[in-house]
Amino acid sequence: MAAAAEGVTAGAGRGRRVRPDGYALFWGLPLAVWQGVFFLAPLAFLVVMTFWSVKNFRLEADFDTVNWVKMWSKGYVVDTYLRTLGYGALAAAVCSLLAFPAAYALAFKVSPATRRLGVFLLITPFFTSYIVRVYSWQPVLSESGILNTVFAHLGFGPVAMLNTLFGTVIGYLTLCLPLVILLQLFSLANVDRSLIEAAHNLGCGRIRTVFLVIVPSAKVGLILAATFAFILCFGDFVSPVSLGGSKPPTLSILIVDTVKQGNHWPRAAVVALTMVVTLIVVAFTALYFAYGHGRARR
Amino acid sequence: MILDRLIRRTLLGYVFVALGFVFVPIAISFIFSFNEGRFPILPIESFSTVWYEAIWNEAPVSRAFRFSIVIGLSVAAISTFIGFATAYTDFRYRFFGKNVYLALALLPPTIPVLILGLIMLMFLGRVSLVGEPHSVIFAHVVYCTPFAMALIRLRLSQMDPDLERAAWNLGATSWRAMRYVILPFTMPAIFAALFLTAAVSFDEFMIAFFVGGVTETLPVRVLNMMQGQVSPRINAVGSVVFAVSITLVILAQVFLLTRRGTSRVGAPV
Repeated sequence: MAAAAEGVTAGAGRGRRVRPDGYALFWGLPLAVWQGVFFLAPLAFLVVMTFWSVKNFRLEADFDTVNWVKMWSKGYVVDTYLRTLGYGALAAAVCSLLAFPAAYALAFKVSPATRRLGVFLLITPFFTSYIVRVYSWQPVLSESGILNTVFAHLGFGPVAMLNTLFGTVIGYLTLCLPLVILLQLFSLANVDRSLIEAAHNLGCGRIRTVFLVIVPSAKVGLILAATFAFILCFGDFVSPVSLGGSKPPTLSILIVDTVKQGNHWPRAAVVALTMVVTLIVVAFTALYFAYGHGRARR
Repeated sequence: MILDRLIRRTLLGYVFVALGFVFVPIAISFIFSFNEGRFPILPIESFSTVWYEAIWNEAPVSRAFRFSIVIGLSVAAISTFIGFATAYTDFRYRFFGKNVYLALALLPPTIPVLILGLIMLMFLGRVSLVGEPHSVIFAHVVYCTPFAMALIRLRLSQMDPDLERAAWNLGATSWRAMRYVILPFTMPAIFAALFLTAAVSFDEFMIAFFVGGVTETLPVRVLNMMQGQVSPRINAVGSVVFAVSITLVILAQVFLLTRRGTSRVGAPV
């Protein structure tokens, strides 16, 4: 931050360099200090921790790659990594597909007042008690739960839904569906209406207009929405545990188990760092696809 | 044209189904919290507040509720201040390393909360800062500040920077311009940020679970109750958590939606 503060220029970048005064530092420093101490330092310590060793259940400062080797030579760790990637991708795909008709309807088929109401109804749950909303699925999905009661009246079932991949995906949808609809909606609402009218006038059918005009125009938002779904679900702990039954595990469950059994912090750190790096790679890849070669629009 | 109407109705019906997916489970949990029977099975037996009385008299729950309130209020105050300071810094200054600075301001929510909780427990544990209410506050501010910063920055981007310059030209010091120009203009976003960060902190359970230790917040209590037996008490605690956080989020949105009417630049705060 000292280096950053030295080059402060006032007046929204008119180019006049001034020494940072107390006023500028008063507003600029709190974030740098707080996130430096409580975010960057723990993140750096995570990297260091992956090289520490555990001897007789005690942590020792060390520089040893044994944790990396141990973790990645285990078949189930690699399997869990690939499975979690798959779950994240599945969640991103299912969320995006299920969200699109709703986002499309709110963007094109309703009045501005209804759209504002829809946005309000979607923002609210995103910030509201994810854990409680996941828990409340249990009596709906369980063996003798509400859905199976309904199925029994219709003459079939019971269907196993809790403690299956289906249950996990329901949890993922609970986590991200509102956010994905919102992000898709914002990008669809910015699509130039005259493009759509032009397509219609030139005889392009409804479905073709959606896929050849609207989706490519809203590409950036659609990709970002899917990426957010991936990021949230890739690291989620609650859904695979309380709706998916923890088996087979995801990376989050692996981290918690590694810490609980044997108190092996450095190995948990290896998994955590792998997840952070994976998320960074995925985020940058998505940004590249969203903005990178955007000139090639059809 | 009939086809148009049919498509429109189908799509609107779909929106209702999607909203139903989001809201119906929580409504069911709310209804079962008033059900006298032990098990969440249809049909509902009889209306009763017995589970609310049970949690009211349950010491860990009321303790967790008090912790959640203290932590939520502190986190809201601190992260809204840092969020405002950062948004204003971004609005007014250009400096070397600004991109890194902004990344620091916005990145934390993209890291899984499990990992945030883990790294803070590892780090704060080394300096004996875990297991206390203030440990949760330190960690939650990291996670909540970006939301406050984003809301207030959006509000500032609707303001003409010349307003502040005009105040300087008329002889106001930076501090006076802040008080009479910037603060009144951003006030609705500041209130929205206070409510939103309080809601995010009140709801957050993973970081709180890791660094809180014996300091259980209310959602952490729910998480721990979920590990045990099925009990309608969880529905009751869950309904309380839900009611508090939905109120805070709605208040935050009310302040944002009515922003036009409430900005009177020049009026003292």
